[in-house]
Amino acid sequence: MSGVALPLSFFVPLLTALVVFVIGVRRAYGVILLGALTTLAVALYVAYAVAVGGPQVHYLGGWEPPLGVELYADGLSALMLAMTALVGAGVTLYAGPYLRGKGHDGERFWPLWLVQWATLNGTFLSADLFNLYVMLELLTLTAAPLAAMAGDRPSLAAAMRYLLLALLGSMAYLLGVALLYGGTGTLHLREAGELAGAEPYTAVAAALMTAGLFAKAAVFPLHIWLMPAHSNAPAPASAALSALVAKAGLYLVLRLWLWTFPALLSAPMGWLIGGLGAVAVVYGSVQALRQPRLKQVIAYSTIAQLGYLLLLLPLVALPAAAVSAWHGVVLHALAHGFAKAGAFLAAGNMIYCLGHDRLEGLRGVTPYLSVTLLALGLAFVSLMGLPPSGGFLAKWLLLEGALAAGQWFWGGVVLLGGLIAAAYSFRVLALAHAEVPHGYAEIRSPRRLPPAMEWAPLALVLLAYGMLLGGVPILELLDQGAPEGVR
Amino acid sequence: MSLDAVHELLPLWALLASVITAVVIFALRDHRQRQRTFWNLFGASVKLVLVLLMLHGVMLGHSYEVVYPVLPGVTLLLTVDALALLFAFLSAVLWLVTTVYAVAYLEHSGQRARFFGFFSLCVAATFGIALAGNLFTFFLFYELLTLATWPLVVHRGHPAALAAGRTYLAYTLGGGVALLTGVVAVQAALGDVAFSAGGIPAFSDWAEAEPFQATAVLALMLAGVGVKAALVPLHRWLPVAMVAPAPVSALLHAVAVVKAGAFGVVRILQDVAGPEVAQTLGVAPVLVALAAVTILYGSVRALAQTDLKRRLAFSTVSQVSYITLGVALGGPLALLGGLVHLVHQGLMKITLFFCAGYYAETRGIHRIDELDGIGPRMPWISAAFTVGALGMIGLPPVAGFISKWYLGLGALEQGQTWLLGVLVLSTLLNAAYFLPVLRRIWMLPEPAGRPEVPPERASRWLLYPALFTAAAALLAGLLAAWDVSPLGWAQRIVEQEYPAP
Amino acid sequence: MTQAAFFSLVAGALSGIAIYGLITQRHLLRRILAVNVLGNSVFLLLVALARRDPDYVDPVPHAMVLTGIVIAVSATAFALVLARRYYSETGLTHLPEDEE
Repeated sequence: MSGVALPLSFFVPLLTALVVFVIGVRRAYGVILLGALTTLAVALYVAYAVAVGGPQVHYLGGWEPPLGVELYADGLSALMLAMTALVGAGVTLYAGPYLRGKGHDGERFWPLWLVQWATLNGTFLSADLFNLYVMLELLTLTAAPLAAMAGDRPSLAAAMRYLLLALLGSMAYLLGVALLYGGTGTLHLREAGELAGAEPYTAVAAALMTAGLFAKAAVFPLHIWLMPAHSNAPAPASAALSALVAKAGLYLVLRLWLWTFPALLSAPMGWLIGGLGAVAVVYGSVQALRQPRLKQVIAYSTIAQLGYLLLLLPLVALPAAAVSAWHGVVLHALAHGFAKAGAFLAAGNMIYCLGHDRLEGLRGVTPYLSVTLLALGLAFVSLMGLPPSGGFLAKWLLLEGALAAGQWFWGGVVLLGGLIAAAYSFRVLALAHAEVPHGYAEIRSPRRLPPAMEWAPLALVLLAYGMLLGGVPILELLDQGAPEGVR
Repeated sequence: MSLDAVHELLPLWALLASVITAVVIFALRDHRQRQRTFWNLFGASVKLVLVLLMLHGVMLGHSYEVVYPVLPGVTLLLTVDALALLFAFLSAVLWLVTTVYAVAYLEHSGQRARFFGFFSLCVAATFGIALAGNLFTFFLFYELLTLATWPLVVHRGHPAALAAGRTYLAYTLGGGVALLTGVVAVQAALGDVAFSAGGIPAFSDWAEAEPFQATAVLALMLAGVGVKAALVPLHRWLPVAMVAPAPVSALLHAVAVVKAGAFGVVRILQDVAGPEVAQTLGVAPVLVALAAVTILYGSVRALAQTDLKRRLAFSTVSQVSYITLGVALGGPLALLGGLVHLVHQGLMKITLFFCAGYYAETRGIHRIDELDGIGPRMPWISAAFTVGALGMIGLPPVAGFISKWYLGLGALEQGQTWLLGVLVLSTLLNAAYFLPVLRRIWMLPEPAGRPEVPPERASRWLLYPALFTAAAALLAGLLAAWDVSPLGWAQRIVEQEYPAP
Repeated sequence: MTQAAFFSLVAGALSGIAIYGLITQRHLLRRILAVNVLGNSVFLLLVALARRDPDYVDPVPHAMVLTGIVIAVSATAFALVLARRYYSETGLTHLPEDEE
């Protein structure tokens, strides 16, 4: 049974997308919800199966590697799958009323989003480097149209820019795969790692694949496309892009460096990649501090938050730091997923009610949007890593790893990033507390939110706080199938 | 769940009492005033009863412990010892009193659901700080307190409030970073270690092996809590935060924020490092000097203030450092003085802020020179103010005298005679900035043409809390020899920290 | 020079041209074209890899190239549609930040 669950988590959303595409959204709304709930159940089941029975393997169609495609779920995959499913369910529930309220039926949104969900699951489950290439391309091909959905000048330009950069990134990745295959004769993620030592061609392959993925994940200095693309997409799409799609790229970076190229992970290499992450943390946060619109703030915060994930690479080679840093980074990925999705959906509520997301508009909206603002505030608290959020646990573990290994520099980056995040968060939250300026007349009272839109962001954000209760089981799940050094 | 298990989890129930109150109040719509008041008082009373139950248990020699593993090697630990109860009981009592006051004070302002929700959350955080059994738990609630108080500081939403909020955050979050660094460094070096009376043994071993690191870590942690304890030069946020509504000021100054900082100093010096290690590392003497400077600086600045609340704020800066001074001095007598002042300063300062809020609310009085002749007009509230002010000066039999007495004895015990000079000078300064206020209230004639404002009905509920805390401050001094007076309880703590050989 | 080495060299040259084009050209069509040339260079390299052992043809790279071409076609199609839409919306044939 558990073997079937792996392909199911890919095919259920894909089939749902097909059905929706064929019979039309208006008649298929129930199918969408059913598909989303089934995917959620399957993903949670995979997590349960991995937690109980260790890593799960499935050969598609019974074909074994090298010709067949292997699906593989270890603790990391299972956690990413479950997080994606929870965020995905939230986005799905939210998107229906949001799109209806904005006056379109989501004819274009639903198939794209469901295929994207399937692709994300495929990315987390593939153990085959070429299959991962296919997934990456599919991610681009679903993310770019979602970013362009608004159809106006900024979003079309953003989507175009994203598409070109992402295609370039895919090609770099594919070139790396080709080199690695030429050297080792295998496309299997772990086997290639066992066969490839620290030779020149592996180094080139690693560099190409990493650079390609950086373009897809908007790592500094390839970050320019992210802010316009994510902030101009419709809110549910922004949530999926920021919380899941960009992170899938970085997931793969970490997967490659820990499973395939650990031999190459020298101190200078760690410093180089970690340094890029540190620059992203500071740069993204400072930019977020200067944006006039809520979604722009949240989008820049994504650039910063993704940077934290790269801080793993300089720390993971140090035995004193490895386990804590690894645990911290994965918790960060999960907490950021929940908090970021919640924040974008909350911003969507603001747009829904007020028609815009300029920060000044937050003045005096508390009575109408109190649940939304609570979700937004809680999301920001997790993003800045303050207790009692999951972001805090992640920050604690990263810091503990850094300090245990005497790496005060990386510890400082984590702390500084948290402080600047607090600055941009409270800049937003202070406006929500500010009194309405004198002489301000309300032109029309804001629209009432449908319940699903009101509560979905809060539910997602609260998941990041639930991590305080579930930290131990989550990390035990993560240890399933983890490489030697980080267990 | 058996009754025993329910009893064992008392700390959790008491914590949840305020968390649930906060959630319920957030969920109530703004105009549901009666329901909100009911829940407020209900939550506060339930909590007080639960704390009293624990107090009873601890007196019978029972100890409570709630453990939850949050991460591998990191636990959330709530323990109830005598020291924890001292602070928990203080906050539970004063929360109830302040709630009554705040309900009356904010009757007509907007956004009350948000205000009272965060108000309850703030007390939950304070309670968590009191019961924290290790550094992780302490930090968790310490930062939660920052988050829960910020909405109260910016509550009014005008530009001055927002600016005060920014200053408040800059200081407290900066302090939080220092504290986090220190706390995580301890965790990285020693693992998950619980507080232990007289110092964690592993910490003193570490301090011997790595004196430099241990000093740095200890200094970082103390700087972190020093921000909330308003030690010079980290005190600037406190007077600025005065723009908040009066009940918030009362809460910030007497119960929650400042006390959390002072309590943190006690925990870190006594139960993490231990007084001897703190002495040998050279951290305690520096802290004594800083506390002495803060005591004098706060008093001098208070002299120059013309605004009543600002004068009280600088007085807080000065008075809270008595606690720090007592703990940093080391030795049982000084610790006793510091601990007992934790309670006494709370009672006296909250009285003064209640009175200041009362004057402002009923007569629009903010500046000290507007107080002329108000005493005969409003005798009850002015009497409460007088008790608080005389206590702050240290006049017997009000509670403040007891604190100063033991602090002085402690300074002599440690051979730091110069501190007696500081205490005397500070007392003179206290007198210099409080006595003129009392003179204006009672002696000077009322200026002609003061508008006659009929006191509102609600203002009675502004009066009773002030009378209650003033009476408590008086009784704490009169009944100091009693077993469960603040002094008696502090003695119990000191016996644990310095067990008789 | 073996066949494989020759094809690899050609692939290298092609990818150089493609990246040069992608960086220097502002016109969207040309950029899309450059991405296609880049893709073809990678495919060529894969084909060369299949013959790295003169006695044996490796089928896996061929399968990869076939899949890759399918993806490249769909990506190009979407890029062209997006470029058209962008042109009809703005009247521009290049991205706004490339304006001089």
